[in-house]
Amino acid sequence: MSSRDEVLRRVRDALGGARGTHPAVPRGYARRLAGTDAADVPALFGERVAENRAAVRHVGADELATAVAAALWGREAKQIVVPADLPFGWLAELDGVRAMADRPVIDVDALAAADGVVTGCAVAIARTGTVVLDGGPTQGRRALTLLPAYHLCVVQAEQIVGTVPEALERLDPSRPLTWISGPSAAHGAGAAAPAGAEGVHGPRHLEVLVVED
Amino acid sequence: MTAAPPPPASGAPGPVAAPPKFAAAARVALADTALRSGLRGAAAAARERRSAFPEPADWEDLREAGRAIKDEALLNLDAHLEELERAVTEAGGTVHWAAGAAEARRIVTGLVRASGAAEVVKSTSAVTREIGLAGALARAGVAVRETGLGELLAQPGEDGQASYRDRAGGPSDDPAVLAEAARLRLRERFLGARVAVTGANFLVAETGTLVLLESEGNGRMCLTLPDTLISVAGIEKVVPTWADLEVLLQLLPHSSSGAPMTPYVSSWTGVTPGDGPREFHLVLLDNGRTKALADEVGRAALRCIGCSACLDVCPVYERTGPAPYGPVRAGPIGAILTPQLRGVERAAEASLPFASTLCGACADVCPVKIDIPEVLVHLRGRVVESRRHRPVPTPELVLMRGLAWTMSDPRRYEAALRRGTRWARLMSRGGRIRRLPGLLGKWTDARDLPAPPPATFRAWWSGRRR
Repeated sequence: MSSRDEVLRRVRDALGGARGTHPAVPRGYARRLAGTDAADVPALFGERVAENRAAVRHVGADELATAVAAALWGREAKQIVVPADLPFGWLAELDGVRAMADRPVIDVDALAAADGVVTGCAVAIARTGTVVLDGGPTQGRRALTLLPAYHLCVVQAEQIVGTVPEALERLDPSRPLTWISGPSAAHGAGAAAPAGAEGVHGPRHLEVLVVED
Repeated sequence: MTAAPPPPASGAPGPVAAPPKFAAAARVALADTALRSGLRGAAAAARERRSAFPEPADWEDLREAGRAIKDEALLNLDAHLEELERAVTEAGGTVHWAAGAAEARRIVTGLVRASGAAEVVKSTSAVTREIGLAGALARAGVAVRETGLGELLAQPGEDGQASYRDRAGGPSDDPAVLAEAARLRLRERFLGARVAVTGANFLVAETGTLVLLESEGNGRMCLTLPDTLISVAGIEKVVPTWADLEVLLQLLPHSSSGAPMTPYVSSWTGVTPGDGPREFHLVLLDNGRTKALADEVGRAALRCIGCSACLDVCPVYERTGPAPYGPVRAGPIGAILTPQLRGVERAAEASLPFASTLCGACADVCPVKIDIPEVLVHLRGRVVESRRHRPVPTPELVLMRGLAWTMSDPRRYEAALRRGTRWARLMSRGGRIRRLPGLLGKWTDARDLPAPPPATFRAWWSGRRR
């Protein structure tokens, strides 16, 4: 008997008569935002992003290119990487910053050496201050947003949903997803990790530009 | 002067010795004052962090839903596992089944060997610690690179080099300096790594998707940079549908840190061309989980989503730390999970259900409503039951049998009372007994016993009638 069959046999034996009973799942939890939270979703998103120790700015569509350039100057970025399909307009105001598109594919050493990365996102969640990347348009592959020390993420207001249930409805499970809520942190690592040790692995600084009309 | 005899083996067991029982291991931990103050500080910090975030208004509804989702997954586990296997395979992954720890170690070692890699990067994972994977890979000649900052700082000087504290330009405790040194060193490891080993928090049966929550980003590195990804997960990590994540991705972050979301949540389904590993293996592990599943009360422990909220509120764990609980899981959840996975034949596991005051704080915070005290009491019964038919009975059983024999006959009972009273009064000083003889002395290790009155109630009663 293979281990597969052995494990499945053990499961069936263990469950006995209980096997195949389907307990009803009570779904009385909130699926949408309610009350004052629902009134201004982009504002709530901005607040929660800031609570996640990320920088956030609200900009108009016509100010986006200036805001992107200003953020990169603020970081003193000289060399950045971007997904191959990032709209050219987003980078139109760059001066003195070299943007390298991920086509042909940039090798990992060059990614790690870049000062920053600019991307869009697939969905953003107001209640948790989260941006979700799915490798779709304006986002590129996962390594792009992982190795550079600084991640500038552009979020369109209509991409922001209120809650986690709403986000999952919009997302495609077959794509590789990365949910980002703040910069890399180490306080989850237990007593052995020193408090305040940030950015050991992922980007040390996350900045979010919320584009509203 | 004659040579002193070699000192008796201390609490640390040799490679063949059985692990010590909880109380013995805890005594070592309790004697370590630095450890105790560290644990107290960590627990206080965790509680403070948590209390900085408000509880969601629908928290109780989320807990009820989470409990039901995990129950649904467990009661139909065979069907969900087969569905998961189909979905992962269709998405380009390979599923392996391991009945026990040894088989899981063999599978992973074999996969690493087949890849030709001489080293693997590994992210923090309870299940790989449970099966002793790092040791097995090291014995097979594969260098295992731990990538969690906690592990890294906990094992300074590994691979024969100076510790990170020393390499960071002299001994330093500055977090920023340590973090920078760790970042540089870990980068080298990741950029050259060809194989990664991770765990997973959830396995979605419907879609074949794995989900991993973390705060550092080393998990993302493992999932993204190497050519081959090997994920090891217990079979109880299965959840039925993608939509079920809408509950679990709220429960787990809030219960583990208080924050509404963990910094990084990654999900992947098989392999994606042009993004991440070219080869993906999922190792599904039983290793005693089906034994827990067979216990109608104990199976609740398999609902655990690994948030560690019960550790942060446990008065026992706050004093002993993780070591006395053994390698599977620490804290209240370990006290109910480990004895079920490993059996209660050995003293180490049998002592775990007793390592609790039954205060119930753990059950109050559990996001999937595991009634830990109920399971603890149930397992205490199982431990006693399992020892009832041993050829050499336990001292407790001998005592209880003796009491039953004495108390089943009025004359024997009266005679025993008279004798007992006399002895007890002889041992008492100032109305208190400070030390009982033999095994009974364990009772008086921590407390005094009041001396019995000069005459028993029976003696007084029969004297009055006359």
